[in-house]
Amino acid sequence: MGNVVVWAVWIVAAFACLGSATAVVSFANPYYSALSLIGNLGSLAVLYLLLSAEFVAAAQVLVYAGAVMVMFLFVIAYLGRHIDAPWAGGPSWQALGAVAAAGALMVEIVVVIGLKASGRLADAPDITDAFGSPRAIGELFLTDHLLAFEITSIVLLAAAVGGVVLGSHARGDEPAPPSNTLLQEEVPPLR
Amino acid sequence: MGPDLTWYLAVAAFLFAIGALGVMLRRSPLIVLLSLEIMLNGANLALITFSRHHAQLDGQIFALAVMAVAASEVVVGLGLIVAVHRRKLELDVDKLSMLRG
Repeated sequence: MGNVVVWAVWIVAAFACLGSATAVVSFANPYYSALSLIGNLGSLAVLYLLLSAEFVAAAQVLVYAGAVMVMFLFVIAYLGRHIDAPWAGGPSWQALGAVAAAGALMVEIVVVIGLKASGRLADAPDITDAFGSPRAIGELFLTDHLLAFEITSIVLLAAAVGGVVLGSHARGDEPAPPSNTLLQEEVPPLR
Repeated sequence: MGPDLTWYLAVAAFLFAIGALGVMLRRSPLIVLLSLEIMLNGANLALITFSRHHAQLDGQIFALAVMAVAASEVVVGLGLIVAVHRRKLELDVDKLSMLRG
């Protein structure tokens, strides 16, 4: 009975995950793409729970589906209708090459994992209830991985400063003159 | 027990490939960023699967670090997109090919 429930949850979560990922890539409107990514992150959190990574699942929902996606939605709303993207574009050999490259990547991943680990993945070792709990994660972060923890804080600080610098602009910078140097072709007309 | 860990790895590989497809196919920098998130999440799923396989928590620690890096990357990427938009340039990664601004 328990087996069936776990399988059912896994199937729903995995297909929701892959389906929403496909939706992210294929929507023309970035707003819909961002909303599908929230679904993708939520179903991934379910998969993490099935792998008994409770803390990572909670962090995924809070940090990714919460903070990061709100930021995305704000920027999409700020840009308004300027971002409606044509689906692909460019010469068709580019699209074909992209599909071939992505397929090659996936085959490569599957072959490498299958060669290295296929036989041994069947039996996952038993774990205690504490596996993946916030307490265990916190202990590891403050003992074995203290350096990584501190470096993460510096990375986040640098990103925050970079975001402020990129977002702010000097007075008189707006309206910015169209700079020809950034475009290979011709400058789009100013509205 | 539910499905084998192999199935989780298959989902991770599919996610990574779909994200790579989006990064290479789409021209809007916003959707390229979103597809990058999918790639990072595929890698995260593989990390957590192997962490379960070895019954060691280090993989989960790594996944959390990846999450922090992804958040910083989104901040900088979105800042760049807003800066490009403010200069009234077209948001198209095929046309934004020069670094001089």
